[in-house]
Amino acid sequence: MNLLKEMASRDRVFDFMAPARSPVDVRHGPILYLEDVSVSFDGFRAINDLNLTIDDGELRCIIGPNGAGKTTMMDIITGKTRPDHGSVWFGSRHDLLTMSEPQIASLGIGRKFQKPTVFEALTVFENLELAMAADKRIWPTLTARLSGEARDRIDEVLVTIGLTAHRDRPAGILSHGQKQWLEIGMLLMQRPRLLLVDEPVAGMTEQEMERTAELLTGLAGKQSVVVVEHDMGFVRSIARTVTVLHQGSVLAEGSMDQVSSDPKVVEVYLGTESDNTEDARC
Amino acid sequence: MRTIRSLVQGLLCLIVVSLAAPAALAAPDDDGRALLEALDVDSYAAKGEAVTAIADSGHPQSRAWLEALLDGKLQRQDDGGRFVVVLANRGRHWPVRDALTDEDLGEMSRRDLDRIGINNALRGQLQNTLALLDLHAPAVSARREAARDLLGEVSPSMVEPLNGLVENEADDEVRRLLTQAIAIQRLEQGDVGAVEALSGSLNTSVRSALSAAARSDDAALAKAATEALAGIEQKQKLNDGIQTLYFGLSLGSVLVLAAIGLAITFGVMGVINMAHGELIMLGAYTTWGMQQLLPGQPGLALVLSIPAGFLVAALAGIVIERSVIQFLKGRPLETLLATFGVSLILQQLVRTLISPLNRTVVSPEWMSGSLMINEGLSLTLNRLFVLGFALLVFAGLMLVMRRTRLGLEVRAVTQNRAMARSMGIRATRVDILTFALGSGVAGLAGVALSQLTNVGPNLGQNYIIDSFMVVVFGGVGNLWGTLVAGLSLGVINQVLEPWAGAVLAKILVLVFIILFIQKRPRGLFPQKGRAAEG
Amino acid sequence: MLASRSWLSRPFRERSTQIFLGVLLAALAVVTLLNLIVPAGHPLHVSTYTVTLLGKYLSFALLAVALDLVWGYLGILSLGHGAFFALGGYAMGMYLMRQIGDRGVYGDPVLPDFMVFLDWDSLPWYWHGFDMAWFAFLMVLLAPGLLALVFGFLAFRSRVTGVYLSIITQALTFALMLAFFRNEMGFGGNNGLTDFKELLGFDLRSDATRLGLFLASGVALALGYVLCRAIVASKLGRVSVACRDAEARTRFIGYRVERVQLFVFVVSAMLAGVAGALYVPQVGIINPGEFSPIFSIEVVLWVALGGRGTLYGAVIGALVVNYAKTVFTGVMPEAWLFALGGLFVVVTVLLPKGVAGLLASLRRRRDDGAVETPAQGASS
Repeated sequence: MNLLKEMASRDRVFDFMAPARSPVDVRHGPILYLEDVSVSFDGFRAINDLNLTIDDGELRCIIGPNGAGKTTMMDIITGKTRPDHGSVWFGSRHDLLTMSEPQIASLGIGRKFQKPTVFEALTVFENLELAMAADKRIWPTLTARLSGEARDRIDEVLVTIGLTAHRDRPAGILSHGQKQWLEIGMLLMQRPRLLLVDEPVAGMTEQEMERTAELLTGLAGKQSVVVVEHDMGFVRSIARTVTVLHQGSVLAEGSMDQVSSDPKVVEVYLGTESDNTEDARC
Repeated sequence: MRTIRSLVQGLLCLIVVSLAAPAALAAPDDDGRALLEALDVDSYAAKGEAVTAIADSGHPQSRAWLEALLDGKLQRQDDGGRFVVVLANRGRHWPVRDALTDEDLGEMSRRDLDRIGINNALRGQLQNTLALLDLHAPAVSARREAARDLLGEVSPSMVEPLNGLVENEADDEVRRLLTQAIAIQRLEQGDVGAVEALSGSLNTSVRSALSAAARSDDAALAKAATEALAGIEQKQKLNDGIQTLYFGLSLGSVLVLAAIGLAITFGVMGVINMAHGELIMLGAYTTWGMQQLLPGQPGLALVLSIPAGFLVAALAGIVIERSVIQFLKGRPLETLLATFGVSLILQQLVRTLISPLNRTVVSPEWMSGSLMINEGLSLTLNRLFVLGFALLVFAGLMLVMRRTRLGLEVRAVTQNRAMARSMGIRATRVDILTFALGSGVAGLAGVALSQLTNVGPNLGQNYIIDSFMVVVFGGVGNLWGTLVAGLSLGVINQVLEPWAGAVLAKILVLVFIILFIQKRPRGLFPQKGRAAEG
Repeated sequence: MLASRSWLSRPFRERSTQIFLGVLLAALAVVTLLNLIVPAGHPLHVSTYTVTLLGKYLSFALLAVALDLVWGYLGILSLGHGAFFALGGYAMGMYLMRQIGDRGVYGDPVLPDFMVFLDWDSLPWYWHGFDMAWFAFLMVLLAPGLLALVFGFLAFRSRVTGVYLSIITQALTFALMLAFFRNEMGFGGNNGLTDFKELLGFDLRSDATRLGLFLASGVALALGYVLCRAIVASKLGRVSVACRDAEARTRFIGYRVERVQLFVFVVSAMLAGVAGALYVPQVGIINPGEFSPIFSIEVVLWVALGGRGTLYGAVIGALVVNYAKTVFTGVMPEAWLFALGGLFVVVTVLLPKGVAGLLASLRRRRDDGAVETPAQGASS
């Protein structure tokens, strides 16, 4: 462990030499790893020595009871919350703890919030346009013109998320499920390497859920996808590997069948499985 | 004829005296006459004894007699007539008073009067006697006053009687002052030992005596005096520090009073009430109105203004809440604009209905004056009252928030409105009550402010930005934060003032807060954790 | 003049901008003609006094447009835009002061009257250069721009937004007001800068100069409007709206929200400075009163009344409120504060989208069956 840390810190010295958008180095396997991460709010330990590794192209589901630290973990990966200690690496080259949210986003980590947040005053098309991978500094943004290529790419994603018909309508009038897809679409526009998806099917109808499952499994392979979800049926339908979080650290990991027969997991989940109403926040 | 007239006068005098003090002086003042008779002798030695006798007699007029004697104004009518005090000795006819009865006798020809003469020795004796006379006064305060006056005024001949007095004096303060008075005299004689008795005193006479000694040729004396002066300087600095702290806390308490109501409405309802300053103004005008209703009883009016000011402002608050704010739920910036409009209307209302000019609010007697801590430090009472009042209001609010059902509901609504509502808390009712409470506290602030500043239509405007600064600095929704922020901003302001000036100090404080908000966007005492983040 | 596909040319293809510019230029032309051609005494004659009054309104309109850019599109309610306006005004005032030369009361060739009065023997360093028009005009942009840059950098970097930001912008302008009241600051203290004589060699009291200033204000408003429109219509404008409605989301899709905010804020502050610079020669004085928090809030009311997030609404609001103010304070000054206060309440409670929103919803009612669009400026 110590050796790894040393190597990590030696690598960090050369950070400034790396180009701004250096490719994510996944030659050593995992695309994301969290090591000994802890964070506490007002004495409450939300994350407690968490260790987690996500492989390139993997679709991983993360489950856990309320307060297990799922959302906080996402906050840490995306730079919204800084851990008290521990390290978070994207590939073997990028130390996420030294980066700001937009930097992390432009590295290729996309995040979908628990509560769908789209830009309600803008049209569906404009939402996707803003999300598109591009030079996002001020002047290029001010003078940007939409190329035919970009237009095609947006239309392509519109087809993927099934919102072509709503192209020029304000995102604010979409249904709940449509907003969720639009948000996933926005993530796709970023061409992310890693997608963090927080409760994608909360409040969806059966049909919408099926479509979402299709969407997510279709993404895996090209991208790594991490899904945090409460709905066990949905998890079972998409999951290859499942990680169970409890009190801020990993309780169990494996296939859905392995995990659900683990006595520790059963104990934690007894009577709480149906709890689907974790307070909504972004 | 003359005998008849004097008889009549004597009778009149008797009536006056017996009316004034029937028990003590039922008979003509024979003792006093005897004392004065003893002065009217040729021998100066005998006169000296007579002076001592008068001083020791404790006669109420004795001081006046001795002063008149010293000035050559104690005289007697020719041929053993009455003793009189001459009021002005210019021209031929002098206005005089009867020395015994203090009766106004009109003017008398200077030829009819004989002066009771004194020589230099007697003059010296008189000066000392007069100085010592007050030290015998029964009231402690009078003795202290007299002892303080003696500092720097002691002549060598007085040292002995003063030493005697120090031994017999019961009051510590008088003893200390007398010792210092004697020590100054000794110091002037070059006595190094006197320095010790003087060190630590803040009196200006002591300090000038010490600085004179510090310049003396006697090296030992100069050194001792310089050291004592340094010690005094130190003490003076401490005093100044305490004074600044006191003014700072006083200003801070005003800020706390003004801001705490705002903290409640801002923290609980997310309402930016720009009319808060005008609610303060209403409280101040209530005090003024109360004093108009109860002329001549400013104290009673002030006490009654406390509940009245609260009620007036709270009612105004309810009207504002019902008529404007309830329609702007969840749009804090819009409440800011709307309540700003309300504040303009309230200001203009006061200008139109009462007057655009400032009104004066009288301070009751028990609030004026100051509390003397030591010679270099006195605390004005009105500020002390406001400071205490602010702490009381704060404690009261804490109690309401912590111990009452309303407080519980308010805290619940603050933390999670939707959840509180689903638990059966009537959020609308809580909103009204909270706003009324916050507004009422503004009214209380106004009552207190009326004792410190002018009451005018612009009163509120002067406090609104400061109040917001306090709330933002302290952290929204945190009463302790408001208290700490208010008091510390007040103190910071007062500390900066001496070297930066009042306006620049204020600017510096504003800049400080603007920078502070960059470092800690949620104030001194932020609400932490997930719920606090948007 | 502009490349036809440049971002700056975009507004000219919009119908609303075409209408706005058409109306504005027509109004400028009509006022000019009525002032110059129609003889004085004729009922249609527009006096030079009125021309100057209108010029003042136009400079206020530009200030309102600048505020609408940050409030309507970026969601930042600045309660301190008066500060940028006043700084621009002071930069212009300093130039005009230096132009007086030795024609002041005390006749000092270099020092303005108030400095002679204060017994100063030389110009403070920050007064140097203001005798040159180009430098002064540059400062009209740079002084407010720099303040906005520093203030915005600190505020946006630490993510001070919403109510907090509004309150500290108010504190900012309040602090500046107190500072400018001080004689030691070297800006004329209480009295400010006044007694101007000439601007670029033109006598400020002549009718021609006054008409020229009015036209300059109109042109500045047109250019400022087009610039804001161009920003709003660009992708950056859409990113601004994104920051307004979902700041965190914008950050997660890779935009530096604080930089977007800073850029728009600085542009807006500079426009406000230009407005102030046009205002000063027309009213003939600049004093610390323009820094007062009340003035800044009044500007917010203009925008709110006109309808924020539309730009043209800000212009309408500024013109209407200021015209009402002129009328009221002339006829019954007592009632003005009641009217202004009432307007604040009525606009926020009954007309949250302002006149522009009212017009839009009327139009929508007419075109029955059109799709209802959601609230433009969600809670800010």
